[in-house]
Amino acid sequence: MNIIVCVKRVPDSGTRVRVTGDGRGIDTSGVKYVVNPYDEFAVEEAIQIREERGEGQVTALCLGPDEAEEQLRNALAMGADDAVLLEAEPPMDGLTVARELAAELEDRDFDLLLFGKQAIDDDNMQVPPMVAEILGLPCATVVVDLDVEDGRAVARREVEGGHEMVELELPAVVSTQKGLNEPRYADLKGIMAAKKKPLEKKEVELAEASTELLSMREPEEGTDGEIVGEGAEAAPELARRLHEEAKVL
Amino acid sequence: MSFEGVDYFDIDGMLSDEERQVRDMVRRWVDENVMPIIDEHYVEHEFPSQLVPEMAELGFYGANLPQEYGCAGLNNVAYGLIMQELERGDSGIRSFASVQGALVMYPIYEFGSEEQRREWLPKLASGEAIGCFGLTEPDFGSNPGGMRTRARKDGDEWVINGTKMWITNGSMADVAVIWAKTGEGDDPDDIRGFIVETDREGYTGKDQEGKLSLLASDTSEIALQDVRVPEENLLPESDGLVSALKCLTQARYGIAWGACGAAMACYREAVDYAGERTQFDDEPIAGTQLQQTRLAEMLTDITRAQLLAYRLGRLKDEGTMRPQQVSMAKRNNVDMACECAREARRLLGANGILVEYQSMRHMANLESVYTYEGTHDIHGLILGQDITGIPAY
Ligand SMILES: Cc1cc2nc3c(=O)[nH]c(=O)nc-3n(C[C@H](O)[C@H](O)[C@H](O)COP(=O)(O)OP(=O)(O)OC[C@H]3O[C@@H](n4cnc5c(N)ncnc54)[C@H](O)[C@@H]3O)c2cc1C
Repeated sequence: MNIIVCVKRVPDSGTRVRVTGDGRGIDTSGVKYVVNPYDEFAVEEAIQIREERGEGQVTALCLGPDEAEEQLRNALAMGADDAVLLEAEPPMDGLTVARELAAELEDRDFDLLLFGKQAIDDDNMQVPPMVAEILGLPCATVVVDLDVEDGRAVARREVEGGHEMVELELPAVVSTQKGLNEPRYADLKGIMAAKKKPLEKKEVELAEASTELLSMREPEEGTDGEIVGEGAEAAPELARRLHEEAKVL
Repeated sequence: MSFEGVDYFDIDGMLSDEERQVRDMVRRWVDENVMPIIDEHYVEHEFPSQLVPEMAELGFYGANLPQEYGCAGLNNVAYGLIMQELERGDSGIRSFASVQGALVMYPIYEFGSEEQRREWLPKLASGEAIGCFGLTEPDFGSNPGGMRTRARKDGDEWVINGTKMWITNGSMADVAVIWAKTGEGDDPDDIRGFIVETDREGYTGKDQEGKLSLLASDTSEIALQDVRVPEENLLPESDGLVSALKCLTQARYGIAWGACGAAMACYREAVDYAGERTQFDDEPIAGTQLQQTRLAEMLTDITRAQLLAYRLGRLKDEGTMRPQQVSMAKRNNVDMACECAREARRLLGANGILVEYQSMRHMANLESVYTYEGTHDIHGLILGQDITGIPAY
């Protein structure tokens, strides 16, 4: 079974992100980058499927700058077999990214294409279903449980207020959600081995974006919260404030 | 929240991707596995032994030894970064890994026979066996050459008698590397190392009670009474006190990095606290000149220590590191960490004495680190001898 996992290089959730002066991007100086956390579930799932079946190939694929090699090496250190870097600065525009990934994937032979459900930088959640659409493949998003058998997969999806089971014919696209598994630490031997695993770099020309980023803004400084009291005694005051000041009751 | 680290002089920029990756992995592991439990173990005076298998799986033991013996085969900078991150959690955790790797696996690798390496290194790397290192005795600490423990040859066996004191992992160990005099007289050149399985008759380990430092660590006294080991248990290449000291050089190297980790934890805690704590007109104490210079001193001292450790690591990887340089780094960095921990504790006011903050735990731990592996004074004397040519011990 061949599994391809798409991983994105994103700023660490702990870093304070600042918008650049022109409001068109973020100031990248001093920003620490990591593998998008949702993609780690996808990498882990792919490795587990390969381990359970005792055969198969896990390929990590990334569209990103040259430095994204670091994130691909992370995926290799966790246990992916090889990696491909499509070298380009990923735009905010999901469709452009999806088209580029799909162009690469078209010529590749795979049974399962895994993504994290969203990238924590732009939070668009667009790329996995768009790639599926372009390639004409079945797709399940926000998956918390996945069973792969020959030729088909059963996925449990998180939906509002409950779960939904779907069956997909392989090859299929699946985007992963927290709860699917516990991503492993890349151990020291894995980190050493990752250096020697194949990593192919290809320069790509991105198509023109279908959306245009107009501006970005940092959230307004929130005012500090206020504690109006403790326990049941606080309820009347809270109710009064919600009614009179916030006007939500 | 993940630990932010301290890197004022962009030391990250001098690390390879792989070294950073190792550091980040251990950092995250400490965040997720050590930080949530360490307070409780510290208060209970208990080493968190549940962490032993996972540290083994990740490859933390003897990580700079070759892969052919089941180790990770990292360079020494990456190894140092592991020690730094572990000690950011707690000196007890780092001590465990230091002893296992630098004081048990290293002597077997360096002074052991090929059979001994094949038998023990994979077991120690995988955590299947835990080791300890017995050099210090009740009456011989800074002067281990005076030791009384003896190994007497009897046919093709050695019979070992003596008492070892302050032995990290001493009670929980499966195997001890014991240093003993093998000659008739009192010559430190007759000291040799032995692999002693702790289930042999006559071996007893007893927990050292009443500690106020390094509480989440096993420190024990070992009694060896007519303990018989076969000739194959002698480390064949060990030759005099100098062999034991070579092991200490390895461990001290790791401590020079570890101390940076403990200091980084205290500094971060102090910065965060200073920003949040308000006194006098609702102003954060971080806005006062006094606390600012306190933090500036801490940051400067940490940065200096980091640069020493980093350069020492590169020298070790190039094969040109001298033991005296390790003495300087151990001495400076541990002293620095002691000061940082104390200053952080003070900045935290009354909260600083609580276990839910880290500084006082580090402060108390570091007093052990200041003393073991050659006291601060003794490293000063090693440097003094190197400078003047005159030994003053
Ligand atoms: C928590 C802990 C764990 C340890 N783990 C181990 C272990 O795993 N294995 C092991 O073998 N040992 C271990 N040790 C022992 C440690 O290495 C010794 O405690 C250390 O070498 C100091 O010896 P001492 O305590 O006997 O002090 P002493 O040597 O008695 O020193 C007392 C004081 O005198 C000073 N001093 C000594 N000689 C001189 C001199 N010539 N000139 C000036 N000042 C001098 C010292 O600096 C110190 O301040 C551990 C110790 C501790 C506290």
